[in-house]
Amino acid sequence: MAKAKTNTEDYLRMYRQMVRIRTFEDNANQLYLSAKMPGLTHMYSGEEAVAVGICEALTDDDRITSTHRGHGHCVAKGAEFKEMFCELLGKEEGYCRGKGGSMHIADQSHGNLGANAIVGGSMGIATGSALRSKMLGHDDVTVCFFGDGATAQGLLYEVMNMAALWNLPVIYACENNGYSEYTKTEEIAAGSITARAEAFGIEAFKIDGQDVLAVNELTQKLVARCRKGEGPFFIELETYRYHGHHVGDINREYYRSKDEEKDWKENRDPIIRFRGWLVEQGIASEEEIEAMNAEIEKDATEAVAYAEAAKYPDVSEVDMHVYAD
Amino acid sequence: MRNITLSQAVNEALAEEMRRDPTTFIIGEDVAEAGTPFKVLSGLVEEFGTDRVIDTPIAEPGFMGMAVGAAMTGARPIVDLMFGDFIFLIMDQLCNQAAKIHYMSGGKLNVPLVVRTNMGATRRSAAQHSQSLQALVAHIPGLKVAMPSSAYEAKGLMKTAIRDNNPVVIFEDKLMYQDKAPVQEEEYLIPFGEANVKREGKDISLIATSSMVQVAEKAAEILSKEGIEAEVIDPRTIVPLDEKTLIESVKKTSRAIVIDEGHQSYGVTSEIASRLNEKAFYHLDAPVLRMGAMDVPVPFSPALEDITVPTPEGVAENARKLCSGELIHAA
Repeated sequence: MAKAKTNTEDYLRMYRQMVRIRTFEDNANQLYLSAKMPGLTHMYSGEEAVAVGICEALTDDDRITSTHRGHGHCVAKGAEFKEMFCELLGKEEGYCRGKGGSMHIADQSHGNLGANAIVGGSMGIATGSALRSKMLGHDDVTVCFFGDGATAQGLLYEVMNMAALWNLPVIYACENNGYSEYTKTEEIAAGSITARAEAFGIEAFKIDGQDVLAVNELTQKLVARCRKGEGPFFIELETYRYHGHHVGDINREYYRSKDEEKDWKENRDPIIRFRGWLVEQGIASEEEIEAMNAEIEKDATEAVAYAEAAKYPDVSEVDMHVYAD
Repeated sequence: MRNITLSQAVNEALAEEMRRDPTTFIIGEDVAEAGTPFKVLSGLVEEFGTDRVIDTPIAEPGFMGMAVGAAMTGARPIVDLMFGDFIFLIMDQLCNQAAKIHYMSGGKLNVPLVVRTNMGATRRSAAQHSQSLQALVAHIPGLKVAMPSSAYEAKGLMKTAIRDNNPVVIFEDKLMYQDKAPVQEEEYLIPFGEANVKREGKDISLIATSSMVQVAEKAAEILSKEGIEAEVIDPRTIVPLDEKTLIESVKKTSRAIVIDEGHQSYGVTSEIASRLNEKAFYHLDAPVLRMGAMDVPVPFSPALEDITVPTPEGVAENARKLCSGELIHAA
């Protein structure tokens, strides 16, 4: 990992955000396992450094599009636990008034254009947001999060072509967690993923998605270049999802070994790595970190309790928001 | 009042709205210098430049998706979909994304965009360039659907569509681009959900969309000579639908034929006929009849293609049967 250089608050916020994501997911998983959550959900645990490294390089004006595995992006882009748990449980105070749920969760006020339950479904949206930014003379940048599985969708190649033709301020962030649902990525992706972007003349980078500082540093550079009209860019981030495709995907040894999971969790965990670095660099003590973790855990527990007690939307809301005024 | 073509009417509506609102732009294939294959957009790129009249690669899902993203973040895109048949290519972006984003976000995100596309057979363009697919999109909550029946409607509905905060799909009949109609110089808008009673009558209601309004009007002429007075109504938008005007008409005439160029089964005609049955049943003297396109892919040969769509003679024939009681016990 890199040497500490700028102010320590940024580092502590990155750590804090990563732990918030992990804690959110642990609580969401418990809600599922105790049958308190309607439907199911896709855990972001293990991929925290990707969402946090990228979103910490963005402002509230910058936009992101998220995926079915979207809780991490949502937290990283500035969302609060209370509204997120309310959304997960289908409550009125949720970010989407309970109409979106886990797969459409977003705090729109911080530039999150929504999680998308169609794999690859938001690639057009992200690129269109960038087109709007350029056309109206704004200077915001849009990051399009998607997984390795989504690289098989044709839409990606249509919009990368146009983004490259028109130099749009968009960053395609491919979270390669090694699995396309229940299938190894190597079985669904021919050739090189970054080479596909390069074929359109897009500068593409492949980096360790478990190293939050590396992710953040690269993103900062690319965001600055996007603002100068040098976009688009493509980043492939090597990462790992700790859970199955969704919370119900428990028995998964037919496609992924327990040894492999153990190796990633013990040797490449983004939070453990960054925590070690923070202590080593003298940015935070073990005690301070434990206190931060405990505070986040407390926040989550309180938010879950709040969401469980919160009320469902009134039935009169069912046909509200079909059309905008 | 001056007469202009439907093509000119659309062009004027786009130009006026693009002058009015700098966040509007047109995106699609061959929309700039080419002005589309039907030349509907001629002259717009000269006035607004290639930043706002954007030629895309041939990638319908791509530019449709980009329009959704631009609309969600403060622009008002007008998507030019060269043929209505290409709607199948943009279905995910239109129906899974654009139509649902306002709802899924609990009302926090809007998608103000227009898809202008076309419909209509008998142009000898065969099965993939002749379909009338309005029923497909009208089925999806969150989308509005307009079907102009003349240059006047084409202009007024387009202006309303561009100012609407929802995704709107406008189907222009490609055989009507050169048809002229009186269109005032002064600005006007046509509100959505207001049907237009084109001709008053007491014996039967002919409810028709787009070019089928002309078919219904011609049928009404034929019937009038025989002493049958048909009322012709153009819903103008099928979503939202002006049920009230349609039901009032049927309560008065007690008979109705619904005419639309989409396939008859599971189509626009079925939906409207069903609503009339549910809401005006005790006023009916005969079953409400549907007349849509035949349930076959549109054939190429003129000898075959022409018999797949409703004609004035066919409508008049069915109206006669309904008025004489012949179809009351039809098997």
